[in-house]
Amino acid sequence: MQNALLSKFISKQKRQDAHPEFRPGDTIRVHVRIREGEKERLQAFEGTVIARKNTGVGETITVRKVSFGQGVERIFPLHAPVVDHIDLVRTGRVRRAKLYYLRNLRGKAARLRERT
Amino acid sequence: MSPGILGKKIGMTQVFNADGQVVPVTLVKAGPCIVTQRKTPSTDGYDAVQLGLIEYAKKANKPAAGHLKKSSADGVKFMREFALEGGNGDLKPGDRILADEFKPRELVDVVGVSKGRGFAGLVKRHHFRGGPASHGSMFHRAAGSIGASSFPSRVFPGMKMAGRMGTAQVTVRNLEVVSVDAEDNVIAVKGAIPGPNGGYVMVRRAKR
Repeated sequence: MQNALLSKFISKQKRQDAHPEFRPGDTIRVHVRIREGEKERLQAFEGTVIARKNTGVGETITVRKVSFGQGVERIFPLHAPVVDHIDLVRTGRVRRAKLYYLRNLRGKAARLRERT
Repeated sequence: MSPGILGKKIGMTQVFNADGQVVPVTLVKAGPCIVTQRKTPSTDGYDAVQLGLIEYAKKANKPAAGHLKKSSADGVKFMREFALEGGNGDLKPGDRILADEFKPRELVDVVGVSKGRGFAGLVKRHHFRGGPASHGSMFHRAAGSIGASSFPSRVFPGMKMAGRMGTAQVTVRNLEVVSVDAEDNVIAVKGAIPGPNGGYVMVRRAKR
């Protein structure tokens, strides 16, 4: 069991502006803060959430997209300040928590049905 | 200003600093402490302050109760002494010391008792390399030679061998205080500190 003071400290470290609720299988757009010299801008990364890992401040998501025929995956720490905000684009109905099988599928086979 | 504080290790987690970088931290429930004795050069030959950690009223036996009577502490869980270097004479028995003695960015030393590893072999205890696991090797994690034969006909003192490991006092120097929660008396220090979660530690201002 986790110490009450530890849980309290961790919940204070988590960001207070909550992300929209999403699950593995959903398509999301992650807006990342990027510093170029002195200027800061937002860059969006849109793809399918294929895994959600860890709990507490260290919670991360793996987002996969296929860019010009090449699969690209990025791992985002959910509570890090580099993640500005997240938009939910589309839900997806899946039957497991980790969708690593999508890596072996491409095109039509890699589609996911919308969650109702 | 107290030279240090006593506390209990709660556990490790991580925080994001101002640059968005991850910083590993250990939480210490520090204090409340009470000054149980003030040692002075005239009475004890050296300058120090003895602190007691108030956690719950542990029933004191008669000698301990007599000692604690001077500071009117009900009972302390853990008692340690901190050396005072020149002055700092404003601490009196009965004074309370809380976590807000420390400020973020300050450097501290943490003294604790390391986790016991039991009877450990040479690879774990002294970082020996060990031998190859396969390819017919018959030398895995054994000690190897511990000295020559008829001369000197003995094993030199201090030879690294297997034995009890851990449960020893360990000091980690110059850890940065990341945050202080005065309400819960919780200090977060950067990095790892000795001992298991729930172990008692001394947190003192960095010596160098």
